[in-house]
Amino acid sequence: MTTSSVLHAENVVKELGSGAGLVVAVKGVTLDLVPGELTLLMGPSGSGKTTLLSILGCIMKPTSGTIRIADQSLDGLSAEELAKIRRDHIGFIFQSYNLFPTLNALENVRIALDVRGVKGFAATSRSEEVLREVGLGHRLTNYPGNLSGGEQQRVAVARAIASSPSIVLADEPTAALDSENGHAVMSLLSRIAKEQSRSVLAVTHDPRTLGYADRVVRIEDGRIVGEERRPEGINAPEITDLTKRRKLHA
Amino acid sequence: MIFTLALRNLLHDRVRLAVTLIGILFSIVLVAVQLGLYLGSSEMITANIARSNADLFITTYGAKSFEDGGVLLTDRERHQALATPGVESVVPLVVSFAEWRKPSGGSSRVVLVGSDAEDRGLIPWSLVEGTLDDIKAPDAIAIDRSYLGELGVSGIGDSAQAANGRVKIRALTEGIRSFTQSPYAYTTLNRARQLLGVPEDRSTFLLVKLAPGADMAKVQADLAGRLESADVLTKDEFESRSLLQWLFRTGAGLALIGGAILGSLVGTVIVAQTLYSSTKDHIHEFATLRALGSSKSYIHKVILAQAGLSAVIGYVLGMAIALLVLYASRNSSLPLVMTPGLAFWLFALTLFMCSISALSAIVKVTKIDPATVFSR
Repeated sequence: MTTSSVLHAENVVKELGSGAGLVVAVKGVTLDLVPGELTLLMGPSGSGKTTLLSILGCIMKPTSGTIRIADQSLDGLSAEELAKIRRDHIGFIFQSYNLFPTLNALENVRIALDVRGVKGFAATSRSEEVLREVGLGHRLTNYPGNLSGGEQQRVAVARAIASSPSIVLADEPTAALDSENGHAVMSLLSRIAKEQSRSVLAVTHDPRTLGYADRVVRIEDGRIVGEERRPEGINAPEITDLTKRRKLHA
Repeated sequence: MIFTLALRNLLHDRVRLAVTLIGILFSIVLVAVQLGLYLGSSEMITANIARSNADLFITTYGAKSFEDGGVLLTDRERHQALATPGVESVVPLVVSFAEWRKPSGGSSRVVLVGSDAEDRGLIPWSLVEGTLDDIKAPDAIAIDRSYLGELGVSGIGDSAQAANGRVKIRALTEGIRSFTQSPYAYTTLNRARQLLGVPEDRSTFLLVKLAPGADMAKVQADLAGRLESADVLTKDEFESRSLLQWLFRTGAGLALIGGAILGSLVGTVIVAQTLYSSTKDHIHEFATLRALGSSKSYIHKVILAQAGLSAVIGYVLGMAIALLVLYASRNSSLPLVMTPGLAFWLFALTLFMCSISALSAIVKVTKIDPATVFSR
């Protein structure tokens, strides 16, 4: 575990199913997330990346191994205690946005604050602030059905960062978006990591996202098979080819 | 936001909301009508007892109700009662079913009530035509306006035959209705005795008024000891006995209460079904909330708020219809009664019903796996 990491996973194993149907989805993963860094977790379908994301996001419990978030071990925590960890430290962005269709953009962000006990004027002004931050200051009262896919994902990003979590976890954030919107969302995530000093981990298999990554972690068959970091001095969108990166781990 | 989300979830599917509200509405109307009838019946059964100027009732032993006491008490019991310490006055009252022969032919039944106005024991309390003095006139009788047609008379001045003698309508009351459907006919004490052909010292009840400061329980016990062939009851006890006779021994009250329970059950099932299906429809949103870190209690509150909102809207609509039914029944032989207390308890029942209905939905969301947010 590095001294600055906000999330540290050590030798995490996750078994799914039982008996003849038992599948080991994650096989001894060790990973650190540090502030100010956008990390991409890449791998083919079925490689265990979403399962790992669920475990890191305190949604699933690992079969074995340890996870520490903000220096707190998750060992033995109940479902409600894990929910509190999520409230206090984690923001989620989902592939299909998972916005509430009956709430407008502002309310979709406000509800994330409401579950954290932030209510009234404070919640409204903070929601407006983050929606403006993601470029949706003019779409506050629009419902998800009246927003484009890119706009919906930006509302989801705003919802994820509204409570200023130290960790933002994104599941295939660009999968449902066209190229332009995909780049816009990745640029936003990169900015969130850099300017707000958050740890952003995005699960993806979209090569368009590579240029925004500070680090790429490759996972295959439940194991981390490689980790690459962007060379110093190269700005995000300038680099899209993995071969130009310095390989840190085999 | 809990309230906002609950309201939006409800409004999201207008058809389902309408079904929920109709379920609650029918339930409320059914319960309100059944309990309104129960209260109306209770009021009719106990009205004469409640309005009598008595602290204690002396009845013949085992008298089952106000209408069914017999005319068996004598002056001997009256004097015994008057001699009991703590008793200020003892007023005789005659009550008996009697045949009523209509002027145009045919007969009906009335409950003849004989009491002298100057004794202040029991007087017809809602005279709308005629006076208490008019009832003292020879052959005079007072009946309720709502029974004029049923008794074959048209108003003041009409004559008919009650039991053994002719009577003339001299006064009319309004709103004194009879649960037995035999209208009350008020006259003087001696005129009632004459009509019924009973001796002049006989009465059905003795209305006991206590002296100031007297201990009611002690006087009741003393009277019971002195009057071995009579029952000595407080007003409440006599009212309970009359209610037991007419509402429960006849099964009428049980039918009304059974209907009210059935109405509540039907409402509960309808609301439970719609809340459950609404929760199922919004299950991914609840899973998202859980993934965002909400506590289970937060989600439970959303569902309870949905149930509460349904309850409030359903109650308002249901009560509006129930009040219309109440208004329409005001001149019927069995008018419904709605009291602030009943309205409050109906609201409490609606909230309870909707809360119970929310249980199945709450059980459903309790089992949500937030990991499902990644599988959409």
